[in-house]
Amino acid sequence: MTGMNENPLDLLPEVLLAASAVLGLLLGAWLPRRRQWLTGALAGTACTVGIVAAAIAAAKPVETVFGESFALDTLTATSRIVILGATLLVLALAMPRLYGDPRETEFYVLLQLSSAGALMLAGAQDLLLLAAGYLLAGVPAYALAGFRKDGPGTEAALKFYVVGALLGVLMLAGITVLLAAGRVTAYPMLRTELAEAPAGLVAVGTLALLAGVLFKAGGVPGHFWVPDAVQGSSAPVAAFLTTIPKIGALAAFYRLAVVPLADADLPWADLVAVLSVASMTLGNLAAFFQQDVKRLLAYSTISQVGYLLLPVAVAGRTDLDQEALLYYLAGYALTNLGAFAVVCALPEAHTIDDYRGLARTHPALLASLVVCLLGLVGTPPTAVFLGKLEAFSAAFDGGYAWLAVVAAVNTVASLFYYLRWIAPAFLARGPADDPGATSRSAALVAYGAATASVVLGVLGGTVLDMLGGPLAR
Amino acid sequence: MLTAIVLLPTAMAALLLCVPRSAPRRLFLTAWVATAAADLVLTVIVWAGYEHGGGMQYETQARWIPSAGISYHVGVDGLSLPLVAVTCVLFLACAAYAWRQTRRPREFAALFLFLQTTCLGLFVALDLILFFVFFDLSIVAMYFIIAGWGHKGASRAALKFFLYTFIGSLALLLGFIGLYLAAEPHTFDIVELTSANPLAGRTTYGALVLLAVAVGLAVKTPTVPFHTWLPPAHTDAPAAGSAILAGVLLKMGTYGFLRIAMPVLPDAWRDYALVFVVIGVVSVLYGALVALAQTDFKRMVAYTSVNHMGYIILAIGAAGAVGTGQDEARRLAVTGSVFQMVSHGLLTGALFLLSGVLYERGRTYEMSAYSGVAGRAPVFAALTGVAAFASLGLPGFSGFIAEFQILTGSLGPEPVATGLAVLGILLTAGLFLRALQQVFLGPLRLPVAAPGADRPFPDIRLHEGLAIVPLLALGVVLGLAPRFVLDVIEPASRIVLELLAR
Repeated sequence: MTGMNENPLDLLPEVLLAASAVLGLLLGAWLPRRRQWLTGALAGTACTVGIVAAAIAAAKPVETVFGESFALDTLTATSRIVILGATLLVLALAMPRLYGDPRETEFYVLLQLSSAGALMLAGAQDLLLLAAGYLLAGVPAYALAGFRKDGPGTEAALKFYVVGALLGVLMLAGITVLLAAGRVTAYPMLRTELAEAPAGLVAVGTLALLAGVLFKAGGVPGHFWVPDAVQGSSAPVAAFLTTIPKIGALAAFYRLAVVPLADADLPWADLVAVLSVASMTLGNLAAFFQQDVKRLLAYSTISQVGYLLLPVAVAGRTDLDQEALLYYLAGYALTNLGAFAVVCALPEAHTIDDYRGLARTHPALLASLVVCLLGLVGTPPTAVFLGKLEAFSAAFDGGYAWLAVVAAVNTVASLFYYLRWIAPAFLARGPADDPGATSRSAALVAYGAATASVVLGVLGGTVLDMLGGPLAR
Repeated sequence: MLTAIVLLPTAMAALLLCVPRSAPRRLFLTAWVATAAADLVLTVIVWAGYEHGGGMQYETQARWIPSAGISYHVGVDGLSLPLVAVTCVLFLACAAYAWRQTRRPREFAALFLFLQTTCLGLFVALDLILFFVFFDLSIVAMYFIIAGWGHKGASRAALKFFLYTFIGSLALLLGFIGLYLAAEPHTFDIVELTSANPLAGRTTYGALVLLAVAVGLAVKTPTVPFHTWLPPAHTDAPAAGSAILAGVLLKMGTYGFLRIAMPVLPDAWRDYALVFVVIGVVSVLYGALVALAQTDFKRMVAYTSVNHMGYIILAIGAAGAVGTGQDEARRLAVTGSVFQMVSHGLLTGALFLLSGVLYERGRTYEMSAYSGVAGRAPVFAALTGVAAFASLGLPGFSGFIAEFQILTGSLGPEPVATGLAVLGILLTAGLFLRALQQVFLGPLRLPVAAPGADRPFPDIRLHEGLAIVPLLALGVVLGLAPRFVLDVIEPASRIVLELLAR
């Protein structure tokens, strides 16, 4: 461990985001209320520059920095780009709504801090840094969930917080146990240590650790907060909660699978496979008869975690796992944000019935919604289709063909509730109910995300080629 | 060239969607007819330049997703070219038929144009994922057509259609992934997979992949027992939608068997050929019997599709009986099954359009509501009569050539099954004659006018005639002079059998 690899510029995207959050907080205290949007613009700039920095850094060889606690590899680089890009989209959804709001600055600051936490999760190569990332991604998000200060928002924040605090403590306990078993917290060393540690201890520690990771990912069994927090918070926050922490958490999950736990005496693949089946099945079944669109999307994201776990289950057993996970994450982020953007664009439409007759009033919005929802199902040629194809292939190749079959069956089941939403919007006859005012900027985000999800699907080849880089170990 | 044929309709659809809704209705419909006609002309040019027996032609391959073994690869041979042509003909007929479409004509035209792209794309695709993309998108487009322009109960039927065929498509996808992983190096390219025969000697793996692929295609075909989505989808779809569904979309399943299942999985196909023979015969008889029990004209036609598709499954099953020394017969069976796809597309398309004519006049498909229509509408009666006789396989029509080839070809390898299947022809003859008698003969009786119905029963209108007559005329031409199509099909069916015999 030399001091050579402690250049703060290696963490430029993270540093930028944190710095702009702090700077925004200071600025916000001085700016008049009508100028507070400048802090939002600052956040947007930080994200954009961060994406560029991450893209440049992605071309560099793999290394670990800050005492081997943070990995700079394809996994981190892709997660950075996806997280920052998703944050940009959420900013675009939130800014017009918040214009002139007395707490406008605070929103952007919290958003950036939470995103920075997700970035830490994605790159963490040390259990303690993972815990720090968990807290940084979590605590600002609790505040965001209750940002509206109304009844549902408070309930959302409270539930989110209680579950998060409980599972966070469990996660810390797990880290303690793993520290006891392996005597270190750095991943590369843990890998050799855990292989020789008592299996029971490792199993207990890992299970407790996963509680926290699954909470962030919103997968079963850490999913209890998802529907309530998503329904209770405002639509842009809901979009944020269901996308950005998930990306960080799943990247962290994958890294745990490949580096520290790769040689441990654990039935890792079976364990993740069970979690995956549980997530997709419970998410889908619960989504079936939801009326509230945000709640429906919340359950849909739980089921998506199930599919995203396919490549994690076969991590290290096939060559396709990393590409599949990263590509699926990118496609999922775009598509899910696109669906939420449609929800944001129609602030007065809350239930499926409110979308009746959308074909007449807002055909372009409906088209975006159809592309995004069918995209979430995995209809070609959207990005999620290719992601699913890769994930299924990875599962097959890794010897988990049954898991791919279960995922396919679940995909069909998921069609039912997505169609329950699309059909009345497309079909309702007679004088259409006016779904109320629309937000132009959110609509633009929706068009953009839907288009991008198709473009990413069609141009998948070039993107996939970039995702196969080696992992820091 | 093929790319232009495939993409032209969708480009037009995108253009139409940019035109404001308030533009005159005729604009959209004219553009639709013009595009469909242009596509047909392009197809005729391709056909004219096609060399008989030259294997795959007009091939284009472009990098798409190389790291996943996916490429944009299209081409035509004797299996796909006739289907491409029949697709273009049928879509043009539907465009003409929809001339009086008043409900949201812009979206209707755009959806049909998009659907045309997916159908044509599927028949020229030489990459499994490209095939799958078009397969899935056709389901999406058809869902919206049924749900948006269908009759009462359409949204239920559309949902059922979507769920069933989507389950099938996912089974298909799993099968494709199985093939992809079996090939070294991993690839989705049909031509490469065909020559590599990746599952040779791997019995269990091959059986599982064949199971997945066959379930996917069988749902789309549809065969018994996966046919239950078909009657409601047909009954509740608009007439043009039913014509495309029966005329083109069902062929995707049978075409997939000939293009993918047989050449890529020859070992497994030979092992399980008997299963397909049995399913084929059951589909033939069950489809005919259930059709016989229908009182609803359109539903009856829908069930005859199950029957007609059953012949195809029987033929390709019989073709798998390698080593029986019946090479000539098996070639006849495969050729007949392709010919049946073409013939069924034309004739059933015409029948569904005719049932649409009936519905437009009387607002019901119930056969008992009509009687003696021939007196009021002689041209309509004559056309329906021709379509029905052609469909039941009377000599002189394309259906006869197809069924004759199928049954002659299958009789040698599978005598018992074929003997049973012949009964299906008898049943269809009975049910069509009964329907004709009930609706067209006897004293005049028309349904009590429902809201929106035209009274009194006018004869075929010009645009309806322009849609239906060419389909029937082609049926007759193919029945009298089938050589020009058979010359295209026969070399291809020989290749399929050579691949199967590996």
